[in-house]
Amino acid sequence: MPVNYYIFLSLTLFSIGVAGVLTRRNAIIIFMCIELMLNSVNLLLVAFSKMHFGNVELSMLNSNVGIEAQLFVFFIMVVAAAEVSVGLAIIVMMYRNIHSVDVNFLNRLKH
Amino acid sequence: MTVSEILFWFLSALAIAGALMMVVGKNPVYSVLWLVVVFFAISGHYILLNAQFLAIVNIIVYAGAIMVLFLFVIMLMNLNAENEPQKNRWMWLAGSVSGGTLLLVLVAALRTSELLAVQKVSEGGETGLIKTLGSVLFKDYVLPFEVSSILFLSAMVGAVVIGKKGD
Repeated sequence: MPVNYYIFLSLTLFSIGVAGVLTRRNAIIIFMCIELMLNSVNLLLVAFSKMHFGNVELSMLNSNVGIEAQLFVFFIMVVAAAEVSVGLAIIVMMYRNIHSVDVNFLNRLKH
Repeated sequence: MTVSEILFWFLSALAIAGALMMVVGKNPVYSVLWLVVVFFAISGHYILLNAQFLAIVNIIVYAGAIMVLFLFVIMLMNLNAENEPQKNRWMWLAGSVSGGTLLLVLVAALRTSELLAVQKVSEGGETGLIKTLGSVLFKDYVLPFEVSSILFLSAMVGAVVIGKKGD
């Protein structure tokens, strides 16, 4: 598989996530779109890792090239899990205070 | 077409269709379930790329833990009613045009690149196995690993403090 197919797939998923963040008003769905964007970037990192591995695979057998990208994906997943726990706590708190998760009600930070 | 190409197109179509259904779905519970479908498709891509550890972690962490947390919050707060006000259709139009324009610009910038078209991804190798990943993670990346455990601790404390009732 050429790597640009993976690039275009990731770009499509990322753009769907961006469009979702811009269109939806439900805070939970906006959050899920952010998760979708993180996952598309993860897929792109893994594809580039395997592309880099395929370049040196012929010259060096048993090389560990491209392993850092997969560890970065691992750390992105770690950070995403921590982010989700705090973000959902914030959403629960917001629902408890204003009885809605519509982000249009949250434009009052200036008051 | 080989089997891996057929699987690639099938998983790509599944991921994009799931993402679109997730964005346009009215009921948040259905959106969560479509996002689980997207995560399974991306895990299938990881398996095709021979990144087996990341495929399993993706299923366990994302589809297992994070999505269950989303479902838990949605059902706890009774948000599964379709109560999102659809007052302005212009918002949908503007968001779709913005996302589509981003996609158009990036695809147009990368479409004519000949370097990317000839670079193939490898489907073999042992970089994605848990043996090699674990040895690098616990030798060279042990400090970020420990820092991420502190991050988890602070996230846990933060979630408890934010979600606490009263005061």
